[in-house]
Amino acid sequence: MDTAFSKEDLAFQKEVRDFIHNNYPQSLRDSINAKRKNGEDLSREDFTDWHKILGKHNGWSAPSWPKKYGGAEFTPTQKYIFEQECAKAECQYVMPFGVNMVGPVIYTFGNDEQKEKHLPGILSGETFWCQGYSEPGSGSDLASLKTSAVKEGDHYIVNGQKTWTTAANHADWIFCLVRTNPDAPKPQQGISFLLIDMKTPGVTVRPIYLMDGSNEVNETWFDNVKVPEENLIGEENMGWTYAKFLLAHERSGIAGVARSKKAIERIKQIAKSEMSYGEPLIQDPAFQRKIAEAELELKSLEYTELRTLAKDSAGKGPGPESSLLKIKGTDIQQRVTELAMEAVGYYSNPHLGSTLSNEFVGPDYAANLAGSYFNFRKASIYGGSNEIQRGIISKMVLGL
Amino acid sequence: MNFDFTEEQTLLDNMVTSFVRDNYDWETRCSIVKTEEGWKHENWSQFAELGLLGVPFSEEHGGLGGSPTDLMIVMEQFGKGLVVEPYLPSVILAGGLITNLGSKEQTNEIVPKIISGDRRYVFAYAEHQSRFDLFDVKTSAVKDGDNYVVNGFKSVVFGAGAATHVIIAARTSGDQRSKKGITLFIAETGSQGITLQNYPTIDEYRASEVIIENLILSKDSILGDIDEAYDAIEEEIDKSTIAACAEALGILEVLKDTTTDYCKNRKQFGQPISKNQVIQFRLVDMMMEYEQAKSILYMAITSDLSDPIERRKAVSALKSRMGQAIKFVGENAIQLHGGMGMTEEYMVSHYFKRATMIGVLFGNVDYHMKRFIDLTQSNIEKLEN
Ligand SMILES: Cc1cc2nc3c(=O)[nH]c(=O)nc-3n(C[C@H](O)[C@H](O)[C@H](O)COP(=O)(O)OP(=O)(O)OC[C@H]3O[C@@H](n4cnc5c(N)ncnc54)[C@H](O)[C@@H]3O)c2cc1C
Repeated sequence: MDTAFSKEDLAFQKEVRDFIHNNYPQSLRDSINAKRKNGEDLSREDFTDWHKILGKHNGWSAPSWPKKYGGAEFTPTQKYIFEQECAKAECQYVMPFGVNMVGPVIYTFGNDEQKEKHLPGILSGETFWCQGYSEPGSGSDLASLKTSAVKEGDHYIVNGQKTWTTAANHADWIFCLVRTNPDAPKPQQGISFLLIDMKTPGVTVRPIYLMDGSNEVNETWFDNVKVPEENLIGEENMGWTYAKFLLAHERSGIAGVARSKKAIERIKQIAKSEMSYGEPLIQDPAFQRKIAEAELELKSLEYTELRTLAKDSAGKGPGPESSLLKIKGTDIQQRVTELAMEAVGYYSNPHLGSTLSNEFVGPDYAANLAGSYFNFRKASIYGGSNEIQRGIISKMVLGL
Repeated sequence: MNFDFTEEQTLLDNMVTSFVRDNYDWETRCSIVKTEEGWKHENWSQFAELGLLGVPFSEEHGGLGGSPTDLMIVMEQFGKGLVVEPYLPSVILAGGLITNLGSKEQTNEIVPKIISGDRRYVFAYAEHQSRFDLFDVKTSAVKDGDNYVVNGFKSVVFGAGAATHVIIAARTSGDQRSKKGITLFIAETGSQGITLQNYPTIDEYRASEVIIENLILSKDSILGDIDEAYDAIEEEIDKSTIAACAEALGILEVLKDTTTDYCKNRKQFGQPISKNQVIQFRLVDMMMEYEQAKSILYMAITSDLSDPIERRKAVSALKSRMGQAIKFVGENAIQLHGGMGMTEEYMVSHYFKRATMIGVLFGNVDYHMKRFIDLTQSNIEKLEN
């Protein structure tokens, strides 16, 4: 047992730190801060600027990808260090849909033309992807999805509706699970994995507003959308297998440990400025205890994640333990948004950025903290709800 | 032992229920919160017509002489409809202060105008550094001949944009955190020296920052005795806290019922999600939290509120426990609705947001838990100084 960084790891840490320091654009930091303060949605550029910079540097936009596809092929320790440093410096995260989700599916199951066509854009951040799995009637029970793709000549004709599609309003491409065989003996057996250009006639995106007023998810409608057959990944009706591979593939970062650490640091800063019972809030024993509890839970999770990563690197393959990382990781993300909101007392109330207010009120650090608490209720719902994840653990780990 | 409403209370309950049903359907409410002012004058006139603006005031002034139970009845129904008109901050809180401290002339003049709906008062107490400590007042009022000059900044004053008058807690003597030395002043919101920065809150109500610069007030504008306002402030905030918890209870009832219905109807894996035991137990837990919250509200309502110690204990017990129920029921209501619960379009998120912000109002769980501990587990004299 050994968790100390090697000399090489420490050198890598410095390399990452320096790279961020020298290359993370101040303009991006300013843009994102201003939008957070005003409660505005991020723009496409806010999401892709940093991705594009990383994409030009040794494949750092794709830490897990093999070198031969242009990725960084970091070791688990390097990945861990990279995430820590990015979070510490509060870098905008790289959207997962291209790099972490569809990319690995393409280089594992796609053909050469598909790899050539799609991987470079994913890596560089030029092509913006979104994920079209969920439908109004198919959330937790994803395999019941109804969006149909019917083969006509060398095309599929796609009809149906996807929903909760994150960033569909920015995306160039969507990877979809579609039903190609409605008569398969099991619903899972009639599903295919299809890449669809969002500019194809018949694709319509409509915004969904979340309870904090943000527009991060959308409805995506398909009305007789003509999709060339070369956009099918792998074999027809094997889509479920690829989707499961995808779910099991990218473990690192799922728990969001580094970001939660940074969030706790920020809460401590806030608690130094806020007063409670005439003293800084950071001295209030009840609040101190809550921060400490969150920190300890996070420390445990950090080591749980490291154990999982170590096991993975030994070639044992990622297992259903990832469900544990998802549940605990999102619990803590939610907890820290709650503590931050709690820290600012009455100043969690103002709804900035709503069309009805034009002046900023309250301390800068309080901006949108309640909004963020409300928004992060999503974390225990998306990516397989935490109930569904518990179901996976009980079945796959405990054998119940 | 009797937890039943009296005949009059049942009538009041029916009246408010039908007001909400007839005037506050979901679409109407959504259109009200999107307007510039964020509340509807006609609703206020209707409150006046129905006698609701007079519930807490004495019959002598044309009110109903209502009890905390009557206010609970009103607020619980308002909670169910997410009624946004500033009844709690103006009628209950500011109205309570005026009744509590006003001279005969002041109450004779003011109370009938509140009851008729011609005036709305709000109370500006919180300051950034004060958090939930009502005695932490920096805003100062300095005597200048026959007048006072007031300077300061009040944070997040609910309903101020809708108010004709604001009651300002200002320091006339003592240290920033001393209970003695706080005086209340009444000013018209449009007075020279008062600037309101109005904004919507995350739960779609309205609040304002109140900036007070060289506001000149005559001594007639003082409410109550100079330097001695603290006890009344604490008492009226306590009573308003009970009313806020009644609103929260109404909200929790909607959240629990809506979620139960949703789970019965939402099908995944070929059956209603309510067929899963984990969902069933969660709904049971939500229901139990609701019942426990209701019980502690009834405990507070039936306690001896005229005894300051009993009142403080009861209110802090209620508010801290209600805060926990809000979190449990609210978060699980969203969770069990899945993606639907996250949306602005669907009403459950609005109930969750309002309930959460009531959790902060007049002190959060930690604040009231500490106050309860201080009252019940340590030397009470320490608190009385
Ligand atoms: C902000 C956000 C972003 C999203 N982004 C995307 C995206 O980019 N692409 C995409 O395809 N999807 C996306 N989703 C959709 C997400 O994956 C679904 O919301 C999720 O799978 C849950 O489905 P549902 O909303 O239909 O809830 P339901 O499946 O209806 O679930 C409702 C509740 O019932 C519980 N439940 C359901 N079945 C069971 C069971 N068998 N046992 C116990 N409990 C159960 C759930 O845990 C949940 O609490 C996003 C969702 C959100 C909120």
